[in-house]
Amino acid sequence: MNRHKNPYRKLDWTLIGCWLALVLFGWINIFSVLHGESSNIFDFHQKYGMHFVWICISLVSAFLIIRVIPANFWQGTAWITYGGVILLLMATLVMGVSSHGSQSWIQIGGFRLQPAEFSKITTSLALATVMSKYGFSLKTLPNIARVAAVLLLPMAIILLENETGSMLVYVGFLVVLFREGMSGWILVIGFLIVLEFILTIITSPYVALVVGLAVFLMIWFFKKDQYLLGVLVTTLTVVALAFLPKLLEIEAVAAVNPLPAETWLAIILSVVALFYIIRIIIRSPRKTFERNAFIVLLCGVLFVLSVQFFYSHVLQDHQRNRIDVFLGLVDDPKGVGYNLHQSMVAIGSGGFAGKGFMNGTQTSLGYVPEQETDFIFCTIGEEWGFLGALFILALYLTIIFRIIILADRAKDSFTRIYGYCVAMCIAVHIVINIGMTIGLMPVIGIPLPFLSYGGSAMLAFTAMLAIFIKLAFEDRKI
Amino acid sequence: MKFYLSRRNTILLVILVIFAIIAVRLFSIQIIQKDFRETAENNALKYVTIYPARGRILDRNGNTIVENKITYDIMVTPRNVPEFDTLAICNIFGLDLDYVREKFASYKANARKIGFGSMPFLKQVGSAQFNAFAEKAFLFPGFDAVARTARVYPVNAGGNLIGYVSEVDRDYIEAHPEYRAGDYAGKTGIERAYEKRLAGEKGYTVYYRDAHGQIKGHYEDGALDKEAVAGSDITTTIDANLQAYGEILMRNKVGSVVAIEPSTGEILTLISSPGIDVSQLAEINKYYKEISENPYNPMFNRTVQSAQPPGSVFKLVNGLIGLQEGVLTRETRYPCNRGYTNGKVHVGCHGHPSPINLPQSIAMSCNAYYCYVLRNIMDNRKYDNIEESFNKWRDYVTSFGFGHKLGSDVPYELGGNVPTVNTYNKLHGKGRWKSLSIISLSIGQGELGCTPLHLANFCATIANRGWFYTPHMIKGDEEHPLDSAYTVKNYPMVDQKYFPLIVEGMNMSVYGDGGTSHVAQVPGVNMCGKTGTAQNPHGDDHSVFICFAPKDNPQIAVAAYIENGGFGATWAAPIASLIVEKYLNGEIADSRKELETRVKNGYLLNKVPVRKRKR
Repeated sequence: MNRHKNPYRKLDWTLIGCWLALVLFGWINIFSVLHGESSNIFDFHQKYGMHFVWICISLVSAFLIIRVIPANFWQGTAWITYGGVILLLMATLVMGVSSHGSQSWIQIGGFRLQPAEFSKITTSLALATVMSKYGFSLKTLPNIARVAAVLLLPMAIILLENETGSMLVYVGFLVVLFREGMSGWILVIGFLIVLEFILTIITSPYVALVVGLAVFLMIWFFKKDQYLLGVLVTTLTVVALAFLPKLLEIEAVAAVNPLPAETWLAIILSVVALFYIIRIIIRSPRKTFERNAFIVLLCGVLFVLSVQFFYSHVLQDHQRNRIDVFLGLVDDPKGVGYNLHQSMVAIGSGGFAGKGFMNGTQTSLGYVPEQETDFIFCTIGEEWGFLGALFILALYLTIIFRIIILADRAKDSFTRIYGYCVAMCIAVHIVINIGMTIGLMPVIGIPLPFLSYGGSAMLAFTAMLAIFIKLAFEDRKI
Repeated sequence: MKFYLSRRNTILLVILVIFAIIAVRLFSIQIIQKDFRETAENNALKYVTIYPARGRILDRNGNTIVENKITYDIMVTPRNVPEFDTLAICNIFGLDLDYVREKFASYKANARKIGFGSMPFLKQVGSAQFNAFAEKAFLFPGFDAVARTARVYPVNAGGNLIGYVSEVDRDYIEAHPEYRAGDYAGKTGIERAYEKRLAGEKGYTVYYRDAHGQIKGHYEDGALDKEAVAGSDITTTIDANLQAYGEILMRNKVGSVVAIEPSTGEILTLISSPGIDVSQLAEINKYYKEISENPYNPMFNRTVQSAQPPGSVFKLVNGLIGLQEGVLTRETRYPCNRGYTNGKVHVGCHGHPSPINLPQSIAMSCNAYYCYVLRNIMDNRKYDNIEESFNKWRDYVTSFGFGHKLGSDVPYELGGNVPTVNTYNKLHGKGRWKSLSIISLSIGQGELGCTPLHLANFCATIANRGWFYTPHMIKGDEEHPLDSAYTVKNYPMVDQKYFPLIVEGMNMSVYGDGGTSHVAQVPGVNMCGKTGTAQNPHGDDHSVFICFAPKDNPQIAVAAYIENGGFGATWAAPIASLIVEKYLNGEIADSRKELETRVKNGYLLNKVPVRKRKR
């Protein structure tokens, strides 16, 4: 009987438990990295002490959000908070404190805040407000323009702050739009753009064009259910084009066709695999499908031809450098690649079970840069090993899946859209951050949710999650 | 078949796939790839070597011949060196600016290989310079000093015998994998022969350091550390005073002096002249060129490596064999008319009474007498042919230690040469030679090659009346007992009962009428000796002398071999007898001071032909 007296039993304790586990784990790892001789984890002059303060502040905020602030407060004030954070972002541009080449901090009293972190919440709220309007459809131009405006305004300012990482997070909102009815073509095209971009830089425009053509052929034939023919034609085309330069003995083309035969084979296989993913995502009538496929092909050709120009003329030096190191074009473990190299050494040396708590050498001796913030995952990998890393991945996966499942079954569309925003925000952070530490992604400064040191990020992610927990809780009562 | 995923499940699937890719990647770098762990350790662990003190070398009386002094190697960790005052470094150590520039240029060229490692910047810095550096060390981050030991030689004796210690080179490390660049090892002499005992064991302290190369503390509280074990001292059988005295006598002469204590086989002195001065040993690299360009080759240890014909000294061997074979008795007499003539063969001799018996033949060193002896041995009816009798003779000779390595602990010992049947079969053709063809063997000439150590050992064998211990120069102790090779008596094939006859002859050589060794008379010492004058195709005869004393209960046996010194009595006998006198009496009698001065001032280098040496 008691059970029904306490309505908060219906709160999603899975999410709260995962949150608590991650936060505490992050705290002791920050202590492990930064501790000196005989230090106290509650020493508030140290970062690990301060981190505890931030955990407490976050906990209080979460409590307020869940117990005190009414659920409809967020939808009601969405535009006010959105506008406020946009103003803060702009203020940061003018009077912000710069560090590490980006100007993203603002000094308020004794605290330094990073408005970009909070802009993720307000943008999510604003997006949910816009899209949850009765009769909203992404198919009309005014609606598309509204959504674009809500997303592009903070993106533009953050880009001006030179905070590439935070800007990339907004790409995650595209997935939310996909859930809400946006054509899967946009995602496929986005993916192809990145693929073609990388291929153009690390191999040659020629290779990129051949791959683009292969993708087009696969889509073309598969849409007509001519599977076998599709695979055959695509394979033959790729093989023919791969060996054409050699056959014709065209030196200039041969020079831009540096891939060996087995790599070409891998390309064919990847393209076939890619097709299946695309087919799962896209369900459009045959006619538009064919038209879109042609547009993709045309744009692809133009894109590939312009990438070389973009790469060498538009990108800034440090961005180009990071791309080069990430793509393995330059090998420089002491220079730009230092972060990546040391980070992989730290994680790799952890082995299966890790070196044990506070026994990591690479992280606590300062070989890994930014080890308490962006590279906190190195400490986990080194001291807790593969097991610890998997444990963290499992916690994250639980949180993301749980949010998406709760969001998807919410009756209120505001809750659903906001929930997807939260899930994607967290997912993009995790993939970029962990991907960076293990060499799957370029080095982009972005915190690991709930684990990294940093008050703004800790508070922002906690608030973001708490708002969703509150919304989901209220939604179940309807 | 058509199937569609809901948009939610599409999103979940894509996220799951991406997380799976991350997990696979983690599995790959954490579990499959092993080299990250190694890189991590190289990054973070710093092994600081603790070099043990090398063992001292003592002489038989406990005097120190070699000991250690502390020097410092200045090490530099190039990664930690900021801009610094190059001139100040040069002033402290008295260096050229170019030296510093060159060093740092090479560090830069190898920066990747060096990483966080330390490189030697300057070696063997004395304490004065070290103190000057230590005062200003704060000005030079990245530089530090490692204490090393260097050798000091309190007695100027036995340069060749002791040998030198120097830094190991690449070839040495390849042959001895337990050594690392920067280690030192004995390269010649005792330092080399007893490297294992002298070197001790290196230790190390493991520190961990941060990304800036700063040492942060003891790794695992020293669990991985290893203490250095100092090398053990080595007591040699050498008498340092005697060695030093002998080296003075041998100054400006080319040759060897070897003295052995017959009752133990212990080597008392081992002089190869010209030799390496101990002052050059400590800084061998500085003097190496000078030494190696010296035409008399001071590196060459003549005492064990120079195999030369023994000359008349060898008559004693033939005498002993003759006695054992029964073709010779004490009273066998042979005539000598200024030599031995048979057909075309003529072996000359000097003027002396004739005929003479065995002891007299030794005293007067009659050549003809031993021609008869050798012919009787070779043409003995017991044996079917010359080859058989020659082989028997050869067995006798080698049983005295000739013709092969004695097995002493002197490094690079050579075996010398005793001809075989094959030698003569090749020279004359099989069956085409007879005892007359090899007649020069009777007086120790011809195809014989003996090292001075062989001769000294032979002399000790006579002193012992028929046995010897293999000569050695290291005393055993409780921890390192003497190898059994040095504690077992060796018996030549000649019965002990024949030796007193030889001793009688050697005694007569010193004191008897017509004896060739009168110059070796030492007051208060009953000396036995035998001269030798070895002909050679390269200039004057070599002067050879072996002697032991006292006649009864001998305490020292000496062999002296002075190249191109003329008659045995001219140089070798005075030198050997002075050694005996110094050893037994402690000082040189007034009556022999003149002789001593003559020997000390003797200059024979100009008589020694300088040959182009093979390396």
